[in-house]
Amino acid sequence: MKKYEKWIEIFLFICATVATLSVFLITFFIFKEGVPILKSYGVFSFIFGTNWSPTNGEYGAFPMIIGSIGVTLGALMIGIPAGITCAVFLAEIAPKSMVKIFRPAIELLAGIPSVVYGLFGLSIVVPFIRIYILPIIQKFHPNAYTSGYSILAGAMILAIMILPTIVSISENAIRSVPSEYKEGSLALGATHVKTITRVVLPAAKSGIIASVVLGMGRAVGETMAVILITGNMPKVPGGILDSVSTLTGTIAMEMGYATPTHQKALFATGIILFVFIMFLNMTATFTMKRMGEK
Amino acid sequence: MSNTKIRVKDLQLYYGEFHALMDINIDIIENKVTALIGPSGCGKSTFLRTLNRMNDLIDHVKIKGNILIDGIDIYDIACDLTHLRKRVGMVFQKPNPFSKTIYENISYGPRIHGIKEKSKLDEIVEKSLKKAALWDEVKNRLNKPALGLSGGQQQRLCIARCLAVEPDVILMDEPTSALDPISTLKVENLLEELKREYTIVIVTHNMQQAGRVSDYTSFFLNGEIIEKDLTKNIFSKPRDKRTQDYITGRFG
Amino acid sequence: MVENTKIYTSNILFKKQKVNMKEKIAFILIYAVAFLTIVALLSIIGYVLINGVKYLNVEFFIQEPKSMGREGGIFSIIIGSIYLTFVSIGIATPIGVCAAIYLTEYAKENKLVKLIRFGTEILAGIPSIIFGLFGFVFFVILLGFRWSILSGGLTLAMMILPTIIRSTEEAIKMVPTSFREGSLALGATKWQTIIKIVIPSSISGIVTGIILGIGRAIGETAAVILTAGSSLGVPSSILDPTRTMSVHVYLLASEGLSKEKTFATASVLIILVLCINFLSNVVGNQFMKNTKVS
Repeated sequence: MKKYEKWIEIFLFICATVATLSVFLITFFIFKEGVPILKSYGVFSFIFGTNWSPTNGEYGAFPMIIGSIGVTLGALMIGIPAGITCAVFLAEIAPKSMVKIFRPAIELLAGIPSVVYGLFGLSIVVPFIRIYILPIIQKFHPNAYTSGYSILAGAMILAIMILPTIVSISENAIRSVPSEYKEGSLALGATHVKTITRVVLPAAKSGIIASVVLGMGRAVGETMAVILITGNMPKVPGGILDSVSTLTGTIAMEMGYATPTHQKALFATGIILFVFIMFLNMTATFTMKRMGEK
Repeated sequence: MSNTKIRVKDLQLYYGEFHALMDINIDIIENKVTALIGPSGCGKSTFLRTLNRMNDLIDHVKIKGNILIDGIDIYDIACDLTHLRKRVGMVFQKPNPFSKTIYENISYGPRIHGIKEKSKLDEIVEKSLKKAALWDEVKNRLNKPALGLSGGQQQRLCIARCLAVEPDVILMDEPTSALDPISTLKVENLLEELKREYTIVIVTHNMQQAGRVSDYTSFFLNGEIIEKDLTKNIFSKPRDKRTQDYITGRFG
Repeated sequence: MVENTKIYTSNILFKKQKVNMKEKIAFILIYAVAFLTIVALLSIIGYVLINGVKYLNVEFFIQEPKSMGREGGIFSIIIGSIYLTFVSIGIATPIGVCAAIYLTEYAKENKLVKLIRFGTEILAGIPSIIFGLFGFVFFVILLGFRWSILSGGLTLAMMILPTIIRSTEEAIKMVPTSFREGSLALGATKWQTIIKIVIPSSISGIVTGIILGIGRAIGETAAVILTAGSSLGVPSSILDPTRTMSVHVYLLASEGLSKEKTFATASVLIILVLCINFLSNVVGNQFMKNTKVS
């Protein structure tokens, strides 16, 4: 009897290790495939090379790194203010009945497949930029041109996609600010808005930062939406209306027809992406742990 | 001669269906300490929080009757809530400094009320901390986090924070219940000083404390004021049997 | 008690203040941003549905796609999606549930368990394109499964494992200790207690996790395209390649093959996600009710 209980425990333990083993396997294989070319091509020339032209054996990933950073920063510029405002709205201002509608709606949007966001961007945002935004820009710079497939388009769609992450985690952080803080501030005659901006938000700071970092990770790692709307041009962009390739987009687009060396280069691109996202996620985890300890 | 600072007339308070305060009538005298005593759940804290309208934060609270401070009805639409709370400060049961520095905690109030000059703020911080008998203990670490102070110091910091917006009235909701005896003594001594300038209303569980610090005492039971009088009268010759029972420790 | 009271009026104290304009404007702004956000989010769903639902009919579901998906329906794609989802859920559920049982009922807080928890968290944060890369090199090439439902299913199983572990853990933690004690006191072994008491009491929480996993599997594109391929035929075995609905939407959209079929397929995806969300809410509520009674 006891023996069979012991075996069960061992079996369960093995199951529990699967996820962690997966992480090790993934890390190992991505690096195993990508590191050789980083060595032979040179890490520096891979990361800072501005020419990505697999047919000529040139693998400079800099344009994609800039592309990923560009759309991500753009997304954060729109997503952070909107997301935190929504979180404040849900946690502090909205009547309960409204929260009951808003929160499920936001959760629902977290579940919509990214390719659908891409489809929306492709058929609404891209033409919108070409038809409405370009003429405005042309008034100041007559030579400006954009196809609409651009950093701006990617940033707008990614901003929407990271909202659920930012809103739900920030809302939790705001809700867990002790009510004594709020009362203390209100009792001094502070208005509701002042209490929020001066006391509640600073106290919820680490949770809000974690939500932003996680949102950032989601934006950097997002593939299908950006691939449809950023234009996939492996060139260092000159402005937000230029087409770009992202790290993720390049991998997904080119993997299907890549020659062996080209494939290795895509794995090396994967390493850059992987390291970047690991860094972001660990930052978020540690920030939240610190918050938990407080 | 003593002036009425706060006059409460026929105050009723409901939490939803529950009638939490019934027919409260009381005058609170300027520059005196008024203690509110009574068993847990008797409504004394609720009553205290009607005086700076902190109950507005709670859903389903209905209030009837009048509360006049300096003759002005604070539940009147024309009354500005933030101004009221600036005039009527509050110190809470648990010290609740913000997770900011000591200096920022004290200057928070003046700042939100529009004072920006550093020299003016410095002056207010020093003055408030001195009044709260905390200055000597913290003057060399004003830029350290307030949460690093001891519980007693935190509570005096909260008193200083409250003084910094220059209130007339200070409401204290069991301000020493979370403190050790020595810190409690410091806060009690402070009350003696403060009442020269401020009108103080204090809720306390501690009968001895009420006896030591207050000039007037009101005894609450089940949402009603059973008896109100000079503290010395309440403690020496209560008129109501229930007051006597409570004071002699027979219930609560 | 005090006879000589005098109510004096110092109207400096409470004179009517000018309405606090700043406060009002701030409130209006917060409301506006929150509503704009929700409108932006819902308009995505609305737009895709409006453009897609009108093309849905019985033929669309039962016909095979013709000429690269320009014509015909999505029958083989539905079959492929279902097949792939079943395989991934079939692999991830037993492992995930067992892992969660180990972590909640058996694990002692030592370094190894901490590592396991950390690994599970990390796995949840890895972007799908990295899973795709790994699945490609490991399952498709190294293990020789080629582009197939098996490769795709294994890759997806790794992706949804953290979701299932997390929600099962949450559900098991909600089971009151008194239940376990009651069973153990009757002489049941630990494993009997888990199987007969703990798992049945947390079953709807586990089901919620599975439903969420299905949602993620259905919506995933990047990882699937690199591991299961994009073949249009009806798969006859687990080693055949296939195309899922989200991959179909992506390929149609990126190649501009047929707007009509793109939106029709995307709206099927959205409707599925809506159903899944609804289902998980229903099951989740059921779970809350069950645990409240206990």
